[in-house]
Amino acid sequence: MGKSYQVEKVDVAASITRRLEALGINQGIAVQVMNRKRTGTVIIKVRGTWLALGAGIAAGIQVKEAAQ
Amino acid sequence: MKKDMQDDTVITVGFVGNPNCGKTTLFNAFTGANLKVANWPGVTVERVEGETYYKGHRLKLIDLPGIYSLTSYSMEERVARKCIMEEEIDVIVNVVDASSLERNLYLTTQLLEFRKPMVLALNMMDIVQERGMEIDTHRLPEMLGGIPVVPVSARKRTGLDVLLHAVVHHYQEDPHGVVVHYSKGIEAKITKLEAALQEQFGEVKNPRWAAIKLLEQDEEIHRQYPMDLPQVLDKNYETQIINEKYAYIEEVVEECLFNRESAAATTERADRILTHRIWGVPIFFVILAVVFFLTFTVGDFLKGYFEQALEWFSGHLSQFLTGIGTTDWVVSLAVDGVVAGVGGILTFLPNIVILFLALAFLEDSGYMSRVAYVMNEIMGSVGLSGKAFLPMILGFGCTVPAVMASRGLENEKDRKRTIMVTPFMSCSARLPIYVLFAQMFFGDYAMLAAYSLYVIGVVAAIVVAKVANWLYPLPEENALLIELPAYKMPNAYTVAIYVWEKVKDYLSKAGTIIFLMSIVLWFVLNYNIHGPAADVSQSFGASIGRFLVPLLAPAGLGLWQLGVALLCGLSAKEVVVSSCAVLFSVSNINSDAGMAALSATLGAAGFGPVNAYAFMVFCLLYTPCAATIGTIKRESHSWAFTLKQVLFQLVFAWAAAVLVFQLGSRLFG
Repeated sequence: MGKSYQVEKVDVAASITRRLEALGINQGIAVQVMNRKRTGTVIIKVRGTWLALGAGIAAGIQVKEAAQ
Repeated sequence: MKKDMQDDTVITVGFVGNPNCGKTTLFNAFTGANLKVANWPGVTVERVEGETYYKGHRLKLIDLPGIYSLTSYSMEERVARKCIMEEEIDVIVNVVDASSLERNLYLTTQLLEFRKPMVLALNMMDIVQERGMEIDTHRLPEMLGGIPVVPVSARKRTGLDVLLHAVVHHYQEDPHGVVVHYSKGIEAKITKLEAALQEQFGEVKNPRWAAIKLLEQDEEIHRQYPMDLPQVLDKNYETQIINEKYAYIEEVVEECLFNRESAAATTERADRILTHRIWGVPIFFVILAVVFFLTFTVGDFLKGYFEQALEWFSGHLSQFLTGIGTTDWVVSLAVDGVVAGVGGILTFLPNIVILFLALAFLEDSGYMSRVAYVMNEIMGSVGLSGKAFLPMILGFGCTVPAVMASRGLENEKDRKRTIMVTPFMSCSARLPIYVLFAQMFFGDYAMLAAYSLYVIGVVAAIVVAKVANWLYPLPEENALLIELPAYKMPNAYTVAIYVWEKVKDYLSKAGTIIFLMSIVLWFVLNYNIHGPAADVSQSFGASIGRFLVPLLAPAGLGLWQLGVALLCGLSAKEVVVSSCAVLFSVSNINSDAGMAALSATLGAAGFGPVNAYAFMVFCLLYTPCAATIGTIKRESHSWAFTLKQVLFQLVFAWAAAVLVFQLGSRLFG
């Protein structure tokens, strides 16, 4: 929990990709996973705001662990 | 505000901002309107207009749905974009949630590209200060093309005049310059496109904006300006353009925002518990239980005073009318019809107030949108997104806005399915029925019995959705996407408006539908085809009721009075209670004496706790009210769908009540 990642690629349906990008989830941005359920539904923090994402969307956001 | 007729120019002001940034609260503060405000995104789905005056200027204000960007993907975005582009909006007021500046500024950078006069309303500055963040309000406008930046707090009503002042002073100003400069490659393409646009289409209003939209392959703009420049428009540049805008915003935030991290700690600590992956769901149900516990106990405590007042009024009215020589039937109509019916309903007001107070508190604190996350898996297992749970929670208050809120869902099938199950959520109008019947038949366990009905409502909704999904499966996407606001102390003003609106609704219903139904019912019960009926059992009402008896008997509701009460309840659910008062001629139905009288009458007819529970289950599940039917029609645009829903609700309620009664009477009988 609270772990930081860096977004590498957003790869979901085109319309959702645009919405995620508009919400500031772009390549290279740091996201923090605040909460996570077993199914993969998460609460992330990005650019100072919290977003709840279903597993179907969260799975399409490719991340790498952020260098501390 | 002063009306000054010397200057009759109208300045049209559009309120644009992210969902849940406080646009509607601000709009209400200016126009005195009381639009629904909730602390979750997507409450305003249509544009709303209002008016205000400032120093001799007439201002037409337009509240637009909350949006994150100005593409043409969603309905809200199209509504907002069309309004800004086509209608002559003179000034854009970009409402920005200052506590979430970075994300909010993305829309700002897009709005700036319209190059219309614009004022930035920096909302929620009170929260920013509470959290110890600081925003440099001198540097911020410099970095946003010199547009005025006005700190406001819609909740505390500060900065409002300053904002209007800025609007009035800037509406004729020349447009600000270009704020976001893109990388060389993009800028070169923009320049080429601008030239080509003007060559091909003559005077283009805002060529830079159109050029950017062409690079983003925006469908609408492509249709408007079909261009054949394959070497310039070689691919979709949307992602790159978004990234470059955000890169600029990062610079702005770097220079203008201080201490942002210290702020979020409280919300994150609270969320570790409230949205816990295991405890989240039980906690939600405990919170619901607390809400209903308060509704019952505190409500009951206050109820006593209302009853005394009603008894006093009823007695004196009767004396007064008889005293001035009014005929018997008028006295009876007034006392047994109107006062028993309408007055009986008014005594439930304390319960209603407490319920809405609790709901308003949960909503404004920021908890409600978390419920979409918490319930996402449960909803997902029946083919719905967690977001569909939000209209369902609204259903605890009133089914009509709940059905309307299903608009916030992305696709048509989700919407219809949510409309189908939302009426099962127990609305406040059903509360008086539980208060009355649970207290009459369940004594010490009344509260438990009533709470169980709320749970049955939720379970029924989920089971029905599950069956529907089993019959007509929707693809499982788990595509929840919702912003969670920071937790905050609910604002007294917002809560007060919310509760007052609901109380007003309740009172006006008592004064209209319930009043009317009480009179109609009184006539139906006191007359038959030959004139005044000698006895109620020979009235029109009894004949209608008896017709329903064979149908309702398997559910343990084989009393003609109950048939009539349920039939009347189709107009509004409170009417079930007011009808019982009139039908069983109980003058003060919610008082101890009234309940004793009613339960004695019912008991004599063999009506016990199992019957009462079946009755409550039926009331929970069948068509909530005429207004709901109208709303389902409006939202689905289909009478066939609407009638199917009503029929389904009736059959479902009947089947459930029969099941409860048959099982219950075998187990406890």
